Amino acid sequence: MNKASGFSQSALAGRLNRLIDFAPVLIALLLALLVASVLLLALNANPLEAYDFMLQGAAGSENAFAETLVKATPILFVGIGITIAFRGGMINIGGEGQMIAGALAGVTIALIMGEMRVPPELAKERGAFDIIIVACSLVGGFLMGALYGGLAGFLKAYFDVNEILSTIMLNQIAVQMMNFLLNGILLDPAEAGFNNIPKTARLVTAAQLPRLSLPIGDPHIFARTRLHWGLIIAVVLAAVIYIFLWRTSWGYRIRAVGENQRASSYAGINVKRQMMFSMFLAGGFAGLAGVVQVLGLQYRLQTDGSPAGFTGAAGFNGIVAALFGGLNPLGAIPAAAFFGGLLVGAQKMQRELGVPASLITAVNGLIVVFVVSSEIFILQRSKRRVSVAEEEAPTPATPLGPPNELGGSSTPLGPANELGGSSDPDMNKDREPG
Amino acid sequence: MGLDEIFTASVFASAIRLATPYIFSALGETFAQRSGVLNLGVDGMMLMGAFAGFYAVHVAQVNEAMSEPLSLLLGVAVALIVGGLMGLAMAFVSVTLKAKQGISGIGVYLFGLGLSELLFQQWVGTPKSVSGFPRINFPLLTDLPIVGEIFFHHNLLVYLAFALVPISAFVLNHTTFGLMIRAVGQNPEAADAMGVNVARVRYATTIIGGMMAGLAGASLSIALINLFQQNLTAGQGFIAVALVYFGGWRPFAVAAGAMLFSFVNALQLQIKVIGADIPSEFAVMAPYVITIIALVFATKRHEQPTALTKPYERGE
Repeated sequence: MNKASGFSQSALAGRLNRLIDFAPVLIALLLALLVASVLLLALNANPLEAYDFMLQGAAGSENAFAETLVKATPILFVGIGITIAFRGGMINIGGEGQMIAGALAGVTIALIMGEMRVPPELAKERGAFDIIIVACSLVGGFLMGALYGGLAGFLKAYFDVNEILSTIMLNQIAVQMMNFLLNGILLDPAEAGFNNIPKTARLVTAAQLPRLSLPIGDPHIFARTRLHWGLIIAVVLAAVIYIFLWRTSWGYRIRAVGENQRASSYAGINVKRQMMFSMFLAGGFAGLAGVVQVLGLQYRLQTDGSPAGFTGAAGFNGIVAALFGGLNPLGAIPAAAFFGGLLVGAQKMQRELGVPASLITAVNGLIVVFVVSSEIFILQRSKRRVSVAEEEAPTPATPLGPPNELGGSSTPLGPANELGGSSDPDMNKDREPG
Repeated sequence: MGLDEIFTASVFASAIRLATPYIFSALGETFAQRSGVLNLGVDGMMLMGAFAGFYAVHVAQVNEAMSEPLSLLLGVAVALIVGGLMGLAMAFVSVTLKAKQGISGIGVYLFGLGLSELLFQQWVGTPKSVSGFPRINFPLLTDLPIVGEIFFHHNLLVYLAFALVPISAFVLNHTTFGLMIRAVGQNPEAADAMGVNVARVRYATTIIGGMMAGLAGASLSIALINLFQQNLTAGQGFIAVALVYFGGWRPFAVAAGAMLFSFVNALQLQIKVIGADIPSEFAVMAPYVITIIALVFATKRHEQPTALTKPYERGE
């Protein structure tokens, strides 16, 4: 038998399978759009017209497209983090709070370092010091978000506190902490007498993340938009995390714990440590989302006091993007761009048709429901495929292989791990006498 | 500032009022979780119930279509139906389609959050108030000093919430239906072998949970606050889920947790009112911090339903 042709044939079949595995996500999207259309009709709006306005608003011009990417940036950061957490079996709902924690730390560092006089040895290279300020702020934001996320992981690992609940509580706590700090020591001195909007002072230029433009044409593409380097950082990190999750032993351990805690434990993996580690990383990425919003876009930390006043609900939308991206950091890139486009497009739709943009929140919810609901069909398919594969070739299935099936063969959030250890009856029994 | 300024009768009274939506929603969630379904969409269901109940009452009262008590009953009925429909959807997704409950619940939450806001902006626009459930005047009792203000100064839904606590405990512990719920949540295989329809029981409890969440929302929008606005519940449904864990899946303990949480909340409001020297943000934060601490100590004490979050797969 011709080995080469056999190989290309199976590669083709693999590609086809991959397409079919991606189908449930697309079907989920179509279903959500269908329900949205019914809603639009009920609101006396023409769905096609509405979608047309959304498309125009999201990608109809250079600026519209840039705004889509600007909105996508924090969603992508959070989505990468959520991907790590969900792959590790930790249901992290705390993106909002972790974003805030990261932003608070990042803006504090940026404000303090922005005031510092340039050290003499760097005086000649002002730019180098700027990079140090931005880097320190980013790292500080990452670490603070990571500690905040890691706290939920710690409570889960050592006190059996359900991470869904603890992260939700921590979200509320972070909002209040931000309100407290922005009305207090972080308040813009210029604002102090008026006490109007809780916000910090504006960052000096040195502490800002530069705007991004493509050196093509004149003026450069995106030169007149708000697009900033955060997008590039997010995309690069998505690739890094892809390699981390599927090509390193650290990532393997996280995923192993996500697949099966007991088996991982028997295999000598420290399950508690992995729980904290995946939450630490997830929180770190959400923290980056927060600090990048400050350094790249707003140039100050400000809120209207409401829970999503600063984050714009990116902490929640990141969950949607992670699921939509098949719990794969690379898949999260187009998913984040898509949801960024939805958000920007919805504003246009609201302006033109008077249909409230909150439609998108409802549609996001539907997409989440449809995507997780469609997993039953993927599971059935992959079961069938495994049995077929076993008949044809007795190669052992690798349950933790690369995610070439976009979450197909691997079910990172198996029912037993839905609530991690606490819902695993056997783990509970270990702790109890008898 | 003395302690008598903080622990006033009105603080206790407001704690009882504040506990009402938590008791409704957490009791409903207790039913669902005892049967093995983690419904994380409670907050979205509360929002939909709150809006639906509010809107029904609003329309009925603006058009003077019916008497005020009747309009309020209509509001409750509509909230129950809408909550029940949301519960049905959640049941279909988690029981029939066996979706991951923790995540699908977030989807249901976002859906309820978005849709309630959408419909509100489209159909009502600006926050308008309705005349909600009036305070009940008990002869003699209401006029009692302190006791009257604390216990006999509330509206019908407040009393209904507290009445549902022993009723829920009775249903769960002393009826066939309750036995089936517990069996399905602890050992669905055995329950199935005994001839219990696992899916049907879980549908029933999840729909009950949805209806109770709808009622919880309505208790805010037509009995306690008497208006609807964007994100009216502000995450109360999530607290309700936490209270179920905190209360160890037992109605009386769940209600006690709701009272504790509401009492801290009422204190927090009182501290703001008397202008104590505590930053208001810390006061608002306190109940959430206390909930986390409570979860640290509470989750180990009681056995959680073994089959919680696990879809039932009939082994053949």
